[in-house]
Amino acid sequence: MNAYSVDHSHDDHHDHGPPPGLMRWVTTTNHKDIGTLYLWFSLIMFFIGGFMALIIRSELFQPGLQIVDPHFFNQMTTMSFWILPFGFAMMLSTLFMDGGGPASGWTIYPPLVLQTGDALPFLIFSIHILGVSSIMGAINIVATIMNMRAPGMTYMKMPLFVWTWFITAYLLIAVMPVLAGAVTMLLTDKFFGTSFFDAAGGGDPVMFQHIFWFFGHPEVYILILPAFGIVSEIIPTFSRKQLFGYSSMVYATASIAFLSFIVWAHHMFTVGMPLVGEIFFMFTTMLIAVPTGVKVFNWVSTMWRGAMTFETPMLFAIGFVIMFTIGGFSGLMLAMTPIDFQYHDTYFVVAHFHYVLVPGAIFAIVAAVYYWLPKWTGNMYDEKLGKAHFWLSTIFVNILFFPMHFVGLAGMPRRIPDYAVQFTDFNQIATIGAFGFGFAQILLLVVVVKCIRGGSRATDQVWEGAHGLEWSVASPAPYHTFSPQPVVK
Amino acid sequence: MRRFKQFHLIVIPIAMFGFGYLMVPIYNIFCDITGLNGKTGSISQAEANVLDVDPDRRVRVEFISALNQNAQWDFYPDVKSMKVIPGKTYTTTYTAANRLDQDMVGQAVPSVAPAQAATYFNKTECFCFVRQSFEPHESRQMPLVFVVDPKLPDDINTLTLSYTFFDVNSRIN
Repeated sequence: MNAYSVDHSHDDHHDHGPPPGLMRWVTTTNHKDIGTLYLWFSLIMFFIGGFMALIIRSELFQPGLQIVDPHFFNQMTTMSFWILPFGFAMMLSTLFMDGGGPASGWTIYPPLVLQTGDALPFLIFSIHILGVSSIMGAINIVATIMNMRAPGMTYMKMPLFVWTWFITAYLLIAVMPVLAGAVTMLLTDKFFGTSFFDAAGGGDPVMFQHIFWFFGHPEVYILILPAFGIVSEIIPTFSRKQLFGYSSMVYATASIAFLSFIVWAHHMFTVGMPLVGEIFFMFTTMLIAVPTGVKVFNWVSTMWRGAMTFETPMLFAIGFVIMFTIGGFSGLMLAMTPIDFQYHDTYFVVAHFHYVLVPGAIFAIVAAVYYWLPKWTGNMYDEKLGKAHFWLSTIFVNILFFPMHFVGLAGMPRRIPDYAVQFTDFNQIATIGAFGFGFAQILLLVVVVKCIRGGSRATDQVWEGAHGLEWSVASPAPYHTFSPQPVVK
Repeated sequence: MRRFKQFHLIVIPIAMFGFGYLMVPIYNIFCDITGLNGKTGSISQAEANVLDVDPDRRVRVEFISALNQNAQWDFYPDVKSMKVIPGKTYTTTYTAANRLDQDMVGQAVPSVAPAQAATYFNKTECFCFVRQSFEPHESRQMPLVFVVDPKLPDDINTLTLSYTFFDVNSRIN
């Protein structure tokens, strides 16, 4: 990879460390502290969202309604998406309000969502806050990447994880305001007498779906592009080779980001669209398979004839490549308009997006946790527990999501707390998988806590094949990471 | 630290927020052009009079009705279907009745299927153009004057016109 020269005298500079106590976390401007806060927060939300998902799966263990009432079930389906990645006390608090949580799926379609009780303004304001937070974070990332690279760090030398975040940040800046606009229209429709989406006043509910998915489709790439970056860092390290096709990876990421703006209506083939529109959105959607295929090809080629070892981060990264590709293929099936008419709103769609987001995005994030945890804490994690976590997760995640393909093809609709008896067996298998997968995640918590509390000392480089600036500083990284500025040659 | 010069990072979010609102007129124009969502056309009587009549062709027009939000109305077409000659102007009626003891205001919203035909179905006069006020238990017939454009594609022989009647009292109060 690139050659770096770093002055290793930084251990002598302990001029100003963090302030002691809780205020360190409130007032910090240190990127590693902020990153730590984000990661702890997302871990907590991962468990809360996962717990809610288990409530859904428990309800679906048998046909009929037994554990929760249908209204509560629908609230769960909304919640577990929105709080999983972002999390809001405000949105969670709506569960305890008059009229309960938001009365819709995560797509908050009117007119259904407008029937929400007191929770609606809270839902909308929490989405606004989420949007502001995302935009500010994204602006910070773009400004940092543009202004503050080390001398000699040209754009085409940047680690791929930085590249994918750079592009993701632009997607956030472009689409979060569109969602903010859409939910503001919902708010004025409900409380100020406008009729953007109210047919009685000349509006059109279908228009909401267009505006929502103009945000919603780039959003799914916001979730997955950083995962692509993570995997592109980990696979070269444990294959002990350079990443195959670095520049094609960059261009593929940029192409995916561009295409994500012109495919949104493939989520709404069945709402009614001119034939030309359906054909256009079908082909643009299938076009995304090309840059994505380039990426998968490059990952596999990086491993080809590499001196591979299979530490936990590598296992999760390989699991990502295989299972994300399964999700990608079912996505191609859904992209075909005539076929989508059968699959639309069935569990096949649920299987598809869970394959790309759970063994896709989440596996990549877990891989990143294992990969950078020694750099974060200064201690090696427990490799045996890590491997157990991987194998349990992989086995149960497939038990959980694979049967959903079958019930979906057989016609089981999504977002409904009850189902016909012939779907029972596969649903029971899925629920067993869900609990297995859920409990396996406790291992992750154990590994992280154990690693923070101690373990064998990590070296500066941590992994034999690791290259890049972060591996040139001590583990854990000093508070002001680089005392002398590193120069990239 | 260098001066923050990534001005575009602030402009993009503001512009995209505006773009969300811009989708509303864009979408409406798009629907008018393509007939998406069955948005029907409307023309003046004078324009309707100069359309070519295609005397050899017959198109079946079906009328259906729906109520929204369990509205307390009776609402139905007086004629279920008509055979019409494209280019000729026809008149039919829908009947609406207020079942309640209070004044009610309703608004009918039209939609035509198939969507490709929507722009060829033109109304010169329609009760759906304005809100309809009803006294308690009032019932009345509401007129609809329409003409099917002779340029209607040959493969379309049946049009279905649907009206959904909305209770708009809450909007007025």
